[in-house]
Amino acid sequence: MYDFSYHKPASLDEAAAMVSGRDDFKLLAGGMSLIPALKLRLARYSGLVDLGALDGLKGIRRQGEAVVIGAMTPHAEVAASAEVERAIPALAALAGGIGDPLVRNCGTIGGSIANADPAADYPAGVVGLGATVVTHRREIAADDFFLGLFETALEPGEIITAVRFPIPEAAGYCKFPQPASRFALAGVFVAKTAGGVRVAVTGAGPSVFRLADAEAALGKNFDAAALDTITVRADGLNSDMHASAEYRASCVGVIARRAVIQARKVRAR
Amino acid sequence: MTTKVSLTVNGQRVSAEVEGRTLLVQLLREHLRLTGTHVGCDTSQCGCCTVHLNGKGVKSCTVLAASCEGATVTTIEGLAPEGKLHPMQEAFREHHGLQCGFCTPGMIMSAVDMVKRKGNDLDERTIRRQLEGNLCRCTGYHNIVKAIQAGAAAMKRT
Repeated sequence: MYDFSYHKPASLDEAAAMVSGRDDFKLLAGGMSLIPALKLRLARYSGLVDLGALDGLKGIRRQGEAVVIGAMTPHAEVAASAEVERAIPALAALAGGIGDPLVRNCGTIGGSIANADPAADYPAGVVGLGATVVTHRREIAADDFFLGLFETALEPGEIITAVRFPIPEAAGYCKFPQPASRFALAGVFVAKTAGGVRVAVTGAGPSVFRLADAEAALGKNFDAAALDTITVRADGLNSDMHASAEYRASCVGVIARRAVIQARKVRAR
Repeated sequence: MTTKVSLTVNGQRVSAEVEGRTLLVQLLREHLRLTGTHVGCDTSQCGCCTVHLNGKGVKSCTVLAASCEGATVTTIEGLAPEGKLHPMQEAFREHHGLQCGFCTPGMIMSAVDMVKRKGNDLDERTIRRQLEGNLCRCTGYHNIVKAIQAGAAAMKRT
């Protein structure tokens, strides 16, 4: 790892000022993706701005018909939160399945979605629930946030402060983990929301995406069997040593059904 | 460029001059000579470098030393008072929860973290799932799981 200067601002304003106009500076959240990337020399920065001291960016709260999770809240805290478990159990389960327990103690929701790894879990939850990403400048709808492979709508120097999740009627998340890395080979988040059914897929394509056919079918009948009528196309899906695009397409169909079954189970409780 | 970092390690106040890129595990092993914490994969997969940072299990190969200013760290050396074994260490000895021993410090630190999160009454499935972040390349998991189950129960008694 090449050396860099380390900074730990005490306030959001100070952090924003430090990275403003400095594309050689990078924000550090939990570090679970950034530090390995620096060690492998996949990335290099002259300065890191650690958001670890900004307590205002941590914590979970209920805000009307939504759950708001601070950007610096670690996965372990979301997984163990009674508030999240009560309101959106599928989101607690998603957080509890990221990486391993030691990674979950450090990794954060803000860091995960800012990184936008194509196989990360959180993007599926954010898009599947139609969440809103709150930054220190504005609010960004989930559908406008993820733009592509490791690419988001965040402007240079823009800092995520929280993610606001509307509480769905029912939701389920299921992933097929790649056996070695445990990253999602395909992961599907299904939610029945006030605005209709949403189905978001991670791991299978260059970025999280919605499955319009599945949403329409489940909108008519929120049952796994409704998905028998749709075909997931392999066009544009990832192909690598772990799985071909065709295999991933097949996986998405199976995993989507399991996610619906989970969503129905939770609703029945 | 170096900065000074001050923290509490195993109950002792320590400080060191570190670079921005210095990892917590390097601070522990190379600056403080606490070599019980091992570096296995150096890519946050194997868990041999597990320590407790402010009471929570973390992979110290993926934490910047500079970010630990003011923090409290416990390593395998600080788990029990000098000359004594922690109940989890005792359980690993009793149940032969190690083969070559390289992963053992991380396994034990992770096991103690697991007990904090999941309680003293752990079934095999829970232990195996919660041990996902620790690899034993001797593949000696069977006795490790038994040791953790016994150690967790013993921690309740002490």
